[in-house]
Amino acid sequence: MPNAAIVSAGTTPGGFLLVLAIMLPVGGLLLSFLLGGRHAERVAIVVMPFGVAVAAAIAAGVWRSRNVLQYVVGGWHPPLGVALRADGLSAAMIVTAALLVPGIGLFARAQFATPPGAEARAPLVFWTLLLAVWAALNAVFLGADLFNLFVALELLTFAAVPLVCLDGRAETLAAALRYLLFALLGSVLYLLGTVLLYGAYGTLDIALLSSRVRAEPLAWVALSLMTAGLLAKAALYPLHLWLPPAHAGAPAPASALLSGLVVKAPFFLVVRLWFDVMPGLADRAAAQLLGALAAAAILFGSVLALRQARLKLLIAYSTVAQIGYLFLMFPLSGKSQVGHPWGNSAWTGGVLQAVSHAFAKAAMFMAAGLVYEALGHDRIAGLAGIGRALPITIFAFGLGGLSLMGLPPSGGFVAKAMLLTAAVAEGQWWWALVVLVGGLLAGGYVFLVLARALADPSEPLTLLTPIARTRQMLVLALALFAVLLGFVPLRPSELLMIGRPHPVVLGFK
Amino acid sequence: MSAATLFGLCGAALAGLGLYGVIVHPHPLRKILAFNLIGGGVFVILGIVARRGAAAGFTSDPIPQALVITGIVVAFAATALAVALVLRLLHETGWVTLRPDLAIGARPDDPHC
Repeated sequence: MPNAAIVSAGTTPGGFLLVLAIMLPVGGLLLSFLLGGRHAERVAIVVMPFGVAVAAAIAAGVWRSRNVLQYVVGGWHPPLGVALRADGLSAAMIVTAALLVPGIGLFARAQFATPPGAEARAPLVFWTLLLAVWAALNAVFLGADLFNLFVALELLTFAAVPLVCLDGRAETLAAALRYLLFALLGSVLYLLGTVLLYGAYGTLDIALLSSRVRAEPLAWVALSLMTAGLLAKAALYPLHLWLPPAHAGAPAPASALLSGLVVKAPFFLVVRLWFDVMPGLADRAAAQLLGALAAAAILFGSVLALRQARLKLLIAYSTVAQIGYLFLMFPLSGKSQVGHPWGNSAWTGGVLQAVSHAFAKAAMFMAAGLVYEALGHDRIAGLAGIGRALPITIFAFGLGGLSLMGLPPSGGFVAKAMLLTAAVAEGQWWWALVVLVGGLLAGGYVFLVLARALADPSEPLTLLTPIARTRQMLVLALALFAVLLGFVPLRPSELLMIGRPHPVVLGFK
Repeated sequence: MSAATLFGLCGAALAGLGLYGVIVHPHPLRKILAFNLIGGGVFVILGIVARRGAAAGFTSDPIPQALVITGIVVAFAATALAVALVLRLLHETGWVTLRPDLAIGARPDDPHC
């Protein structure tokens, strides 16, 4: 949204929806504390349909007006005040969150049910933090002020970290602490960059900043600090060390939330910084470095996933690899993308990868959670026969895997095909090679699980608890979303371009 | 050397020392302190940035002051959360370090993952 004219436009029609998107979950959160733990689940379930309606209204508003929605908080215009803004990209991410959060919430009802009579801590914490994560995500997707975005990122971290250690075991406490330490380093680096930008250009508003920023060492230092900080939060290789224990140790619904949505927020901000704040200042070598880290993430993450003995750790390492694909958009957004019918196929591919991975990975973590509940363990070697006992769950896992591998028809296929197209157009064949090898490795670890799950057990399998069909269908629904994204590749990219000047490219120096 | 340059250098030194501490020290409590040191450095730099308002005719720019207060609140909340986690870890295990055998799935008999 680098169009500085939007700043003086003030609050647009429908701008109040942006406030509602943040305040609705916050209101539910406060109400939960007010009413006490016994009502937290009910409040969260009641808030969800309203949140979905607000997200749909925002997307419809952006689509109908073909322009950015803006709300100027308190009537104070930037640079003194703070604005909330929704462009096509924000709308897409908000709708993704609004579909996934209720899906995860409905799935978690069995696991975090409020016990009759007494108040229990784990359900209270889970349901309030679920709403807190939702509010923080919406604040990140709608923020137009760099410092406001820092606060939103911190809220997201504070809501996400306790989700990791809900069971209170020493292993998950250590994982949560490690996650928090990485996240804190990331946010303080981001803050330092923000302060430097304010000192040099006197504004924190993204649209104003984009018109004022100049190609000079200070801007480069600020951009590097902020990008490095966000990479620590997004767990791009080699800052991924915190992710596998945290995402594998969390309860399955929390893992789905963390892997599907929470790591996308810092990625979203890197996209904002590079494409909206300073598209003209991007350095080719810096973009190639991001690409190299992405390639290392894809290759190392996939190989490590292949070597895991536990299902949830395998899925967590695959998240490390799939995050790599997101960052391939940076080296590939060069001049060849000017005049491209999709705006910029690398950019669109990267965003589509973020959305389709969110659905696919949430479905896979939830499937792993059901397998764990049924078997009492999640050792991959002991999965034989589970394919016959929980066919819908394993089918959903496979559909999610389809998207990770990038096989048609799936959102992952379209995303990776767009990245491949861009790599060819840019004449940078090495990134195409990485995409293809990453896909093969993903095929390896998905088939490793499926082959074990579909094998005949040596002795008859007895499930610890029966798994409700509705929960299995919910997982399947999320996995189907990831597949369905493969059928609508062109319409959403039109939505993504709203509020964004053509062409969406980085003017490499 | 003007006061602004001196304060700027102090902020940079604090941030640098903190960054060194976060990366080098394995102990979580030291990392938390080092994080606060970086935060202190950033807030000093924000204080210097507030002086740019003086050039525009104000006695000082009010925005960085608002940012510093918010930043301190956020850093305080972050520190409290981190210390609470360290205390719970101490309560559960008797240590306050991130030992490698606390890794998820490191114990072969661990049914959880």
